[in-house]
Parts: sequence; C-alpha cells; structure tokens
Amino acid sequence: MTPGSNVETKTAALRPRANTETAALPQRLHGLRALAGHRAIWPLLALALILAVDGAISPGFFNVRIVEGRLFGNLIDILYRAMPTAVVALGMAVVIGTKGIDLSVGSVIAIVGAVITWRIHSGDPHLVVLMAALAVGVLCGLWNGFLVAVLDIQPIIATLILMVSGRGIGLMINLLYGGTNPSFTSPLLQGLSVGHIGLVPTRIILGAAIFGALWLLIRRTALGLFLESVGGNAAAADLAGINARLIKYAAYVICGFCAAWAGVVLAADTHTSDPVSIGLYIELDAILAVVIGGGSLSGGRIYLGMTVLGALIIQALTTSILTSGLPPEYNLVVKAFVVIVVLLLQSDNLRAALSKGFTGRKR
Amino acid sequence: MLGVSKAFPGVRALDCVDFRVQAGEVHALMGENGAGKSTLIKIMTGAVRRDEGEIRIDGRPVEINSPGEARALGVGTVYQEVNLIPTMSVTRNLTLGRQPRRFGLISWRTARSLARERLKRLRIDIDVERPLGSFSLAVQQLVAIARALEDDTRVLVLDEPTASLDADEAELLFQIVRDLKGRGIAIVFITHFLDQVYKIADRISVLRNGRLVGEGATAELPRLKLISLMLGRELEETEERLEALPHGAKGEPILLAEGLGRRRVMAPFDLTLRPGEVVGLAGLLGSGRTEVAKLIFGAIRPDSGRIEVGGARIASHSPGQSLRHGMAFCPEDRKAEGIFAELSVRENIVLGLQTKRGWLSRLSYSEQERLAQEMIEALGIATPDADKPVGQLSGGNQQKVVLARSLVSGPSILILDEPTRGIDVGAHAEIVTLIRKLCAEGLALLVASSELDELIAVSDRIAVLRDRRMIGEIGSGDVTRETIIRTIAGARS
Repeated sequence: MTPGSNVETKTAALRPRANTETAALPQRLHGLRALAGHRAIWPLLALALILAVDGAISPGFFNVRIVEGRLFGNLIDILYRAMPTAVVALGMAVVIGTKGIDLSVGSVIAIVGAVITWRIHSGDPHLVVLMAALAVGVLCGLWNGFLVAVLDIQPIIATLILMVSGRGIGLMINLLYGGTNPSFTSPLLQGLSVGHIGLVPTRIILGAAIFGALWLLIRRTALGLFLESVGGNAAAADLAGINARLIKYAAYVICGFCAAWAGVVLAADTHTSDPVSIGLYIELDAILAVVIGGGSLSGGRIYLGMTVLGALIIQALTTSILTSGLPPEYNLVVKAFVVIVVLLLQSDNLRAALSKGFTGRKR
Repeated sequence: MLGVSKAFPGVRALDCVDFRVQAGEVHALMGENGAGKSTLIKIMTGAVRRDEGEIRIDGRPVEINSPGEARALGVGTVYQEVNLIPTMSVTRNLTLGRQPRRFGLISWRTARSLARERLKRLRIDIDVERPLGSFSLAVQQLVAIARALEDDTRVLVLDEPTASLDADEAELLFQIVRDLKGRGIAIVFITHFLDQVYKIADRISVLRNGRLVGEGATAELPRLKLISLMLGRELEETEERLEALPHGAKGEPILLAEGLGRRRVMAPFDLTLRPGEVVGLAGLLGSGRTEVAKLIFGAIRPDSGRIEVGGARIASHSPGQSLRHGMAFCPEDRKAEGIFAELSVRENIVLGLQTKRGWLSRLSYSEQERLAQEMIEALGIATPDADKPVGQLSGGNQQKVVLARSLVSGPSILILDEPTRGIDVGAHAEIVTLIRKLCAEGLALLVASSELDELIAVSDRIAVLRDRRMIGEIGSGDVTRETIIRTIAGARS
C-alpha cells in the first residue's frame, strides 16, 4: 500500500458521515461500487447472462409479437410460467424470514385444486369457489402456524405433516364425488390463469398485484420488521414485546394464501384436479428462489423483489434449456450448476477474494 | 506480534500494533470498546487474518491462518461469549474434535474420564454427562477454559473471563491463572475490571482506536494513568459528573408488585418503585436477580401475586403489556436476548418504539433515522452509519444499542439487568450519567447488577436476594457495602 493511500483511508475513517467520504472518490467509480455492492446485482447479472446466451444460441429469442391480441414471445413465456413459483416463493420468503420453512406449499396447491373441482361439480357459483379456494390456503396456513407457533414443533417437521398428508387429502376429496382425476371448466378461473387483460396475461398482472400488496404489507407497515425480528432472534423479540406467536401465524397464513393462489392458477391451467402431480416439487423451487434472492435459511431477512428475481432465474434456465435444443434430460443438472454459480457469486467471502486478486494484479 | 494491521470495511481496526507476551506472565490487554482488543485476539488465534505485520513465537515467525493452526502452535483461547454447544454434554464439549478412539470408534468411557481430568485441573467437580446449557454461565466459562487448555498450551487467551463470574468464582479463576503462570504459560487477559487487572496482571498493554498507546509493568502504571491512556483524556471530569446529580424518590409508587412469584423460579416478593427512584437488586450469582427483573417485566410469567403500574393493574402479564404500560427492559445476555445481529442499528433501536405502536402505525423512514441518530449521539454508539448490521459492532456498542432500544420507547419504568456488563470505563460513566439524568426527569429504575460498587453508587434502595428469595431491603442512607454483604450473609440487619 502506498503512503498516500494509507493517509487517505485513515482520514476517510475519521470522517463521521459516509457522504463526505464519497465526495472524495471520483463520482463514477463510486457509482460503480455502489452498484456492485447492491445485493441485486449478481442475480440480475446471472439473469442477463442466461438471456444473453439464449439470444446467441437462438436468434429471435427476444422477439415479442402480438398474436391473437396478446403478447407472445420467450420473455413473456418466462414471466408467464414463472408466476406460480414466484408467488409461492414470495410466501416462502416471508416464512423463511421468520426462521421457518414451509414444505407443504405443493400439497396446499393439490388440496386447493381438488376443492375447486369438487365445488364446481357441486354447482357452487365460481366466485364462491374462488373464495373457498383461497380460504382453504389460509386454513392450511393456520394449521401450519398452529403446529409451529403454538405446539412449538420445528417448522420443517410441522409442515412435513401437511406435505405428506395434503396430496392424500386431495385424492380423498376427489373420491367424494367419484373419479380419479376429475376435470372442470370455469371461464372465471381459467380467465385468471390463462386469460389476458389487454395484451398482458392475467396471471402476470395478478402476480404483480400480489407482489405489490405483499410489499405494502411488509414494508409499509411494521409487520416486516416484526417478522425479521422474530426470525433474527426469537428470545430478543419476545423481550422487545413482540407477540412472536401471532407473527409466526401471520407468516404461515401469508404463505398458505400465496400457495392457494398458485393452486388456482395451476388447477385452472390443467382443467383437472390431479393431486398426485400438480405443483410437484414447487416447494423446492420456491426455497431455491428465496435463497438465490439472498435470503438465508437462518432467518432474519426478507427480500421480496430478490425472491421474484430468483424465481425468474429458475424459469429462464428451464426455458432456455428447452429452446436451446439441449435434451430436456440436461435440465436439472444444468440448473443445479447455474444455481451454484449464482450462490457463489453472492458469497461475500468469495467476492472479497476475487476482488483482492483483481486489484492485486492491477497494481 | 509486530506491526500488525487489520482493516474492516469503513474501519481500520488495528494500526501497526506491536504486542509482546512473555512466558510465565499474565499480560492484561486493555482498551475501550472498539479499541481493537478483540481483533488483535482474533488475529492471534487465527479467527481473522491480518493484513500486515508478523507474528513470532519464541522469535520464530509463524503463520496463523486458522484456529486449528493456532492450537497446534500452542495458542488456546476462551472468547468473550462462551462458544460451546449448550445442548451437548460437558464431555462432548470438552472432547469435540478430538474424541479418544478405540478400534476406530469413539470410546465414551475414556472421553468421560478425560473430561473429568480436564475439569479437575481447574478444580471443578460437576456431572460431565449433563448438557452444558444446564449449568450456570460461570461453570460454562470454566468449562470453556478447560477446553482451551491443552497439555502443550503456551499462550492462553482469556477474553473477559470474569464478566459473568461472581467474586468467589473470579478468585477461583485467578488461582488457576496463577497456577498456569507458574507452569510457564503466557496468559493474555482481557477485562474491564480494573481491580482484577491490578490483582493478577504482571504487565499491561493499552490499545486505543486500533493503536498501541502504552505498555508497561503493572506496578509502573498507576490506575489513573491507565484510565487516561484508555480514554485518551483525564478521568476526573467523568468522576465529577457522577456525583453531580442528587437523586431522590418523589410521590406515589409508579410500580407496585405484591407477592409476585413463580414456583421453582422465585419465591413471592413485594417491590415498589417511585418516580425518580433507583432500586438495586443485589445478590450472588444465581440468587434470582434476573428472575425478579423478568417477573416484573412479564418475560417470566408469574403464577402468583399482582402487579400495578401507575395504579392500574396489569391483568395479562407479558412483555408487550409491560411495554404498553411504560416499562422497558434491557436484558443481561445481549447475544441471546438483546440484539438482532442481521438487522441494522436503526432497526434494532426503533423496534423499541415500534412494538409499542403496533404493526399498523409504522414509523416512517425519516422518523426512524432521526430516532436512531439521536440515540447514536446520546449514547455515543460507535458506528459508521445507522444502517450497519448490529452484529458487526463491538460488544460494548451492541450493549448500547440494546439500551437505546429500551430508552426509545420513552419508558417511565426502566429495568436494567447487568447494564454495564462488558462495557468499558468511558461508556460506563456515560451510561450512568444518562441514567441519572433520566431519573432526575422522573424515570423509575430497577437495576440488577453483580457489581456491588455500581449498585451502591446509583441506588436509593437495594433489595437483597439470596437463593431465589428476597431476604431484605436496605433503605436510603444505609446503603453500604457492609450492610449488603451482611444481609446476603444472613445476619439480621
């Protein structure tokens, strides 16, 4: 280190505020640094890279056309397909923020699909069916919350109970009116799932609306701070006067609601109640999305926007493997590889090591 | 260690520090919060890598890049907060990573006798099969020392070993330290208790703001000189400020506890607090100081008695209810019960007020920022900005953040459990001054502390506890060291 720079770091450390320190740095360099320091940059870069590779492999990848009065193209497709996972992941992010986990989201989707088909067969008004479906999700959330917050069962075990039993419950509901995989048609529900408002697919609009509502709930009330406190240090949260039980309930209810919404979309998309395979492994994708988005399983932080980004990365990967002509068998392995790279890029330690090597070489 | 430097983002934690320890000496490492003590220790023990400088053992340069390497070179460490696994048995904690094997399998019988032997060296006799967490903090501390102490240990680093020990236990520890010293082991001793430094240390090194500002034999470094080195200013002014404010109780009781208690936790007790009054809770380790504090705050749910605040009875007692009635609580164990390490300083502080307001009326960002800055300035919290995660601050500053959280709700009753544990002299004085000021403004204060001198200095009355029972109350004018000790000892006062 040169004597000059030594003096500079020292005086910078003595200055009280960050903004006086930044004035000393060239503005542009600082801007770059702030950008590189922001936690969103690495997942964003990863997404851009995936898309860039797609663009190079298949020309016209970025084309967005209007077909039959709606937007059409790979980018829209990624958004469209990512939506159910993204919304489930948002709920998951909230639960993980409280140091919990919800393995039961896939099963909640199965139950919701079964309830929808059953009630439509029973002739309920479709709006009532929709409400019932969402209520079922909330109910599942209350059940998980009860196990975790009141009975104090570890979240992974508590939600495993519904994960295991949920698909069975779905099958039993199917048996109520006979039929293994009964199908249904509902203009309302299918409109929510595969329809479009103006040019934009409805599910994207609704997904964005849920994101917005959740963001307001988490960041424009103190709920987010309370959730993160409970996740960060439950004992301290208790002494700070937070009702940890209620907060955990809230987290699982939010997660159940998000899963129910995904259940509506997925069931309406397939027109059937298929409890065995609907939303299979979605809990793992959702957890992955949260983690790619910088959330830690040890709780204490909720990143909503980053979680959506994580879900988009996962879907972009899947889509690009399919459009690139690689055999679909490669999908899971390539996905795993990219996920590892994204996670490594987010590691402070690795970044520090990399940038050290980098600046070292420059000098 | 020569010319050792270490920079963290935004802070130069150590700046060309030389630190020499000789075999067979007890070397006290002193400094205020954030002076660089912990960083120096971590470099010495391989937990953090140095940026510059060199480390030598017996004149031979060595590389210490991991705790394992440090251990292999004979450097054993006991960190400030006990770093063992509370759910595991004492045996497992003592033998973790080096279990004795027999036919390739762990021999638990040998492990147990090994554990007992290690503890015997420290003259502790406990059931090694019980989980570590079931023992008191003091015993846990001794187990941590037993773990750090190997047959070939050359340097033993003790970071605040006596912070959670009472006088007898500290004395026991010192006997062990003297014993080790006699065996030629170099001991690096970090503490905030000046008395203990002069009792046990042979030499002292003083750090301030990441620099070595003084080193010398204990005998040649009188107390006043040491403190002024640590603070970088003369102490008289802070001493004077301590005496300045008169305190006294006024008016009707703001808090009234009658027969409050919980089976197996604390025998029922009565307690009153008046505005502007400071009541101390004195007693030995494990006598029930923390329990009384938590029962009054509702963190431990009482199963008998009643509590009134400002004439209104708190029906369903919980921390949230207490908070809404104007109580605030500052817990003893900041790592486990105080801080939210991932959350920023700002979030940690405003939480105190936010929980009182409920989740719907969120404090706006600018309000949060204003409150946080106010508290950072009022308590002198050393942080580059309010958005730094609290986990990255030094221990004493974390303690201040927890205090800030309890103050920000504007309480009329403040309960402090070990308010100055792990806090340096300067911050100590600042906190005491602040408390005095708040009392003058009508705050009622309940302080639980293991330091009698501190209690005597701030308290109007002292409630004395022994074996989870309140055994007496010493009124104003009678609060002296002797009366308290006599009461604890059981003589009628």
